[in-house]
Amino acid sequence: MHIHLLDQYHTGRSPVHRLDARVKLLLTLAFILVASLTPAGAWPAYLGLALLALGVTLAAGLPPLLVQRRALVALPFALAALTVLFTTEGRPLFTLSLGAWHLTASEPGLIRFLSILLKSWLAIQAAILLAATTPFPTLVVAMRALHFPRLLVAIIAFMGRYLFVLADEALRLHRAREARSAVIGPGSGGSIAWRARVTGGMVGNLFLRSVERSERIYNAMLARGYRGELRTLSPPRLRPADGVLGLLFVTLLALIALLGW
Amino acid sequence: MEYAIELENVRFAYHDGRPALRGVSLRIAPGEKVALVGPNGAGKSTLLLHLNGILAGQGRVRILGQEVNGANLGWIRAQVGLVFQDPDDQLFSPTVFEDVAFGPLHMGLPEAEVRERVAWALAQVGMDAFADRISHHLSQGEKKRVAIATVLAMKPEVLALDEPTAGLDPRARRGLLRLLARLPQTMLVATHDMRLVAELFPRTVVLDAGQVVADGPTGHLLTDEALLEAHGLESPYLSPLP
Amino acid sequence: MIPILADALLAPARMHIPDGFLSTPVYLAAWVLALIALGVALRRTQETLGERQVPLMGVLAAFIFAAQMLNFPVAGGTSGHLIGSALAAILMGPWAAMLIMTSVVAVQALIFQDGGLLVLGANILNMAVIAAIVSYGTYQLVRRLAGDRPWGTFAGGFIAAWLSVVVAAIATALELGFSGTSALEVAVPAMAGVHLLIGIGEGLITVGALGFIRATRPDLLSAEPMGAGTGGRWWVAGLGLALLVVLLAPLASSFPDGLERVAEDYGFIEAARNAPYRIIPDYLFPGVSNEALATILAGLVGTLIVFAVTLGVVRGSTRADRRPPTADGRPQTAD
Repeated sequence: MHIHLLDQYHTGRSPVHRLDARVKLLLTLAFILVASLTPAGAWPAYLGLALLALGVTLAAGLPPLLVQRRALVALPFALAALTVLFTTEGRPLFTLSLGAWHLTASEPGLIRFLSILLKSWLAIQAAILLAATTPFPTLVVAMRALHFPRLLVAIIAFMGRYLFVLADEALRLHRAREARSAVIGPGSGGSIAWRARVTGGMVGNLFLRSVERSERIYNAMLARGYRGELRTLSPPRLRPADGVLGLLFVTLLALIALLGW
Repeated sequence: MEYAIELENVRFAYHDGRPALRGVSLRIAPGEKVALVGPNGAGKSTLLLHLNGILAGQGRVRILGQEVNGANLGWIRAQVGLVFQDPDDQLFSPTVFEDVAFGPLHMGLPEAEVRERVAWALAQVGMDAFADRISHHLSQGEKKRVAIATVLAMKPEVLALDEPTAGLDPRARRGLLRLLARLPQTMLVATHDMRLVAELFPRTVVLDAGQVVADGPTGHLLTDEALLEAHGLESPYLSPLP
Repeated sequence: MIPILADALLAPARMHIPDGFLSTPVYLAAWVLALIALGVALRRTQETLGERQVPLMGVLAAFIFAAQMLNFPVAGGTSGHLIGSALAAILMGPWAAMLIMTSVVAVQALIFQDGGLLVLGANILNMAVIAAIVSYGTYQLVRRLAGDRPWGTFAGGFIAAWLSVVVAAIATALELGFSGTSALEVAVPAMAGVHLLIGIGEGLITVGALGFIRATRPDLLSAEPMGAGTGGRWWVAGLGLALLVVLLAPLASSFPDGLERVAEDYGFIEAARNAPYRIIPDYLFPGVSNEALATILAGLVGTLIVFAVTLGVVRGSTRADRRPPTADGRPQTAD
């Protein structure tokens, strides 16, 4: 079984898709850095970043709604920032009274809260665009070319390859359990502790399968000449178009950053 | 005469002391196509792992006249292309291209030749359009073909395949049969697929409990019902259940 | 698969901090700490077993990801599931666990946007570095106390998993607090409180997994994990780090800064004291007048009580039921 999250959008031929993955990764980080450094309440800069993200979405031929829907992933975390509404000094806006609770929100607090949400929303769009237009193997090559630690990149490469193979195995174990429990759903099938330990049993089972698979993989690597040192092909050369697009993007980011300060 | 594969009284036991091979001797001439059959646990996979020194027990293993030892493993592994049963074990790289390139790269070939060999090997198995695909997204039959390409790219003299038709639907199985029939290498193929044996391999070796219990022309062995019965095998020529 | 995946990714109370929630100095500091730890982990791992273990660590990173998808219903539509740092540390040793969990957290950020990219250093620090050191140290300590009797593995596994989750959650709250994103005196008790419960699920799953592994492949548990070196110092490092994080929380919030004075002015402290999710209503310790000292004592005693209680409970329950739950048969191997 195949799980496609953003895989289906990898096949595009847009300039965004064809941009070298190294450049794309660095530009994504630069975009998030600008969003992170922009002061609270610098609305024009936030608007500029949002338009830039929308522009890239359209240039990549991605449905903007899809990007926005996935951008909601980080929303629950907004709860963590809620307290700044009430703890920032400034002109009081309103007071919430819930029994013994008296919470007074301030205007600067509201500005900070909204700014945190906007920064997070902008950053996640950049991350989505990177993931949606760059196949995972290309990302791995880019990380290697950017001299990320070799061992870590190698582990990540194997992880990416076996992510869904093991997710499939986990799903099969999960189904086998469901098929054997007479009543499905919360409150059935024993105590929570018992259920947790059954799940633990499945995790242990999955671990053993993983260890055994890694042994077979290691044998398959040995059979093809692996002697303890991973060799890889040199990364593709940067094209002039990569430089031009990269510079253009950086210029836009710099202009937006100026708006914010 | 120099054999492609020569095993002399090979013995092997697992860590827990359980014997897997109990004195196996076998000689296979260059260009010969041999089926290796026997029940689960007979030692077929273990035997294949001895051909390129991944496992080493007692006794001698010679490939193309060279004894397998620690010093020549690089050369041996380039000569013996070992294709594992589960293609998800064999295809461990992110993309098809990187997987087929793995062998040639680790043989120390220059990049230009690596790329040439990848293109050639993928063309051999009819998968040239799949180079940039992610292995996980391939069908089982496609995975098996790419798995064979990963060893063909090393240009081996000997192919050792473990259950090449397991898990394939009839059409993919047909395609794989045609591919195997076309490949010129010396072949030793472990399998439960008795129809594959009957169609492709003139010679069959029966392994049971770590020992060779029969070795001869396939047509002769497959009609020996007593032998098949004794080692848990089935004739490909369907007979009604008693 | 998609619902399970969505559940695993969107489950509440995840610790993956998104971009935007940490200030630049805080995430840079977290990167520095994470990179130092990873640098040592990379060197130790390469020294001991080199790239021979690459496929093992890669597949185990995928395993942790897949194991996080296996969940069990708790109540009210919520489900318990695994983070896995403790399990990785127990099975593979702290250094390899750091690399495995770093890969997991990095891939979750890169492919699934679960956690931010610039704040990745903080997420690595919490879930890969702190959790691995704390859980490995705790596990070693309990095993020593048990003198290699079987309950040591299970009690050690439970406490290690529970404590690693709680400490990582407090570290997350501290980072949010130092960034000025959350008020420390709310974020710390809230995160710690929720994860006191989540940690129990983590502990139970970890014990279940260890039970299964012990029953089928005991050799994998008895072997000294790679690169762990002398086990003696790990429990010092683990408990020390746990105490540091736990104690940093009340210390950091007991020095009244600008933010807190505002909060006091607006009656916020009053509100926070009555917050329903605050497990220990006040950090104050009776008979000690110094507020900072009292909070430290309260934290210390709280940790020790939980430690002792779980030790006793797990010790009792493993004695009562030695047989691990079997979810499926032994995985098939090649003949």
